[in-house]
Amino acid sequence: MRKVAITHVAQSSGAESRESLMDFTYKVNKEILDKAGLKREEVGCIIAGSADIFHSGLSCANAYDWDGIGAFMKEGSRAEESVFSFIYGCMRIMSGRYDTVLVTAIVKGSENPDNDPITCFYGDPFYLRPLGINESSVAAMQMRQYMNRYGVTEEQCAKVAVKNLGNALFNPYAHVKKRVGLEDVMRSRRLYDPLKEMECAPKSDGVVAVLIASEEKAKELTATPAWLKGYGCSMDYFNPGDRDLLNGQLKAAAARAYKMAGIRNPEKNIDVAEICEPYAFQELIWCEQLGFCNEGQGGELIDSGITEMDGSLPVNPSGGVLATNPYPARGLYRVAEAALQIKGQAGEHQVGKKVKTALAHSTHGFGGQCHSVVILSA
Amino acid sequence: MSIEKYKIVEGQVKVTYELALGRTWSHFYDCFKEGKIMGTRCRKCSRVLVPPRSFCPRCFEDMDEWVEVSDEGIIETWVYVNMPFFAQETKIPFISAQIRLDGCDSGFTHIVGGVDMSDLDKVRAAVKLGGRVKAVWSREKKGSIRDIEYFEPVK
Ligand SMILES: [Zn+2]
Repeated sequence: MRKVAITHVAQSSGAESRESLMDFTYKVNKEILDKAGLKREEVGCIIAGSADIFHSGLSCANAYDWDGIGAFMKEGSRAEESVFSFIYGCMRIMSGRYDTVLVTAIVKGSENPDNDPITCFYGDPFYLRPLGINESSVAAMQMRQYMNRYGVTEEQCAKVAVKNLGNALFNPYAHVKKRVGLEDVMRSRRLYDPLKEMECAPKSDGVVAVLIASEEKAKELTATPAWLKGYGCSMDYFNPGDRDLLNGQLKAAAARAYKMAGIRNPEKNIDVAEICEPYAFQELIWCEQLGFCNEGQGGELIDSGITEMDGSLPVNPSGGVLATNPYPARGLYRVAEAALQIKGQAGEHQVGKKVKTALAHSTHGFGGQCHSVVILSA
Repeated sequence: MSIEKYKIVEGQVKVTYELALGRTWSHFYDCFKEGKIMGTRCRKCSRVLVPPRSFCPRCFEDMDEWVEVSDEGIIETWVYVNMPFFAQETKIPFISAQIRLDGCDSGFTHIVGGVDMSDLDKVRAAVKLGGRVKAVWSREKKGSIRDIEYFEPVK
């Protein structure tokens, strides 16, 4: 298998956009090609990450997406989980089929219904959907079990929102920009008790593009490639009632990625992590399952300050999904941010320590039904 | 080019789907209408799952032995929902819960009711992890998941 690296990254501004989805998409893709000094015709293949109907009001949305991404007259493909798009792109380079692939994930969250009615449609129409189950209510049930089983406190969960929204103040591409304290989060509305409003991700507009290339081409295009070192994914059963919500598939996904990357001690070997935490407490559970601390120690992990921007293992220096949640694109945002940290190009939210290895994580489905883990290295 | 205000098109779409419940779930809801909760047992791992499956999602084997389970069980976890959203069929506030029915090996998602919902402290006093609940069946059953109105705490 050939090596593959991320050479360039481009993102839209975090603000809600009044441009049409097609124009919104075009700007970022034009920008990444300009940064790389490539013409559209020179890119081997294009993979999109987007979601139709509920997230765009379009059916078979890729038909509409291709123009703005510059994919016309090329081979392309699309996935709704944008980390899948990334890995499909990588495989096309590893196999030797192409030397460059542009991977782009797009959504205008501001244009479509709230997350809760959309994620209610994850539920099957015979059983879960008529009961009003959605991603937030399952997350809240997961949080109650988490606190009960391990004695993690509501305050420890709320601290994740304080940390991540604080980090977002240093990220020009973040959506939610406000300094919040622990009391603000604790006093925010209990929409899904024990989950509070400020512990739930917003709904954002976002286009993120990453250019990936073969070894030879990457070295030609950039002095700071971020190499793909590992990838793992695992999916759990559909019904939340069939699973232990506190022991899902992230450990399995991480084990696959760590094995491929040769990582034996994630807490020491990983310098920074971008984790998909649509609900604050999930960052703590995911950190445990990624091996950053022991099972049930997520509360102590956040208390220790290790995951702060200047800590020994910063988590979500970008502000994470709690600050910016362009739903189907949020996984590729994590990959892009991990790459920027390795390239030393994260600007004001560049972490204090030197970054050699970075982890990006994505999840979707009720209570984290599916998890993907990507390891990048300098 | 100077534009004072960008235009927006508002859209709403209503389309019809006809989604098949299939043999297993049709039988489940026929029995539900009679006030019985039926699960299926896996030949290999012997687990009883509710709602029933035609195959075991763990063993990937047929599940064709029908077993009636209790309409009583314990709360595995719950959430107090106070967020209105489009197309929500239940009036807020309400409680969603995962209930382990006696004789069943999976969590049954449903609603917990029959408690004073006026404030969260009262709810917390009545609804507890591990607390026992029993189904309150609707008087008029239609063969749907809401044939059980809710589960109420057993006093
Ligand atoms: Zn089985």
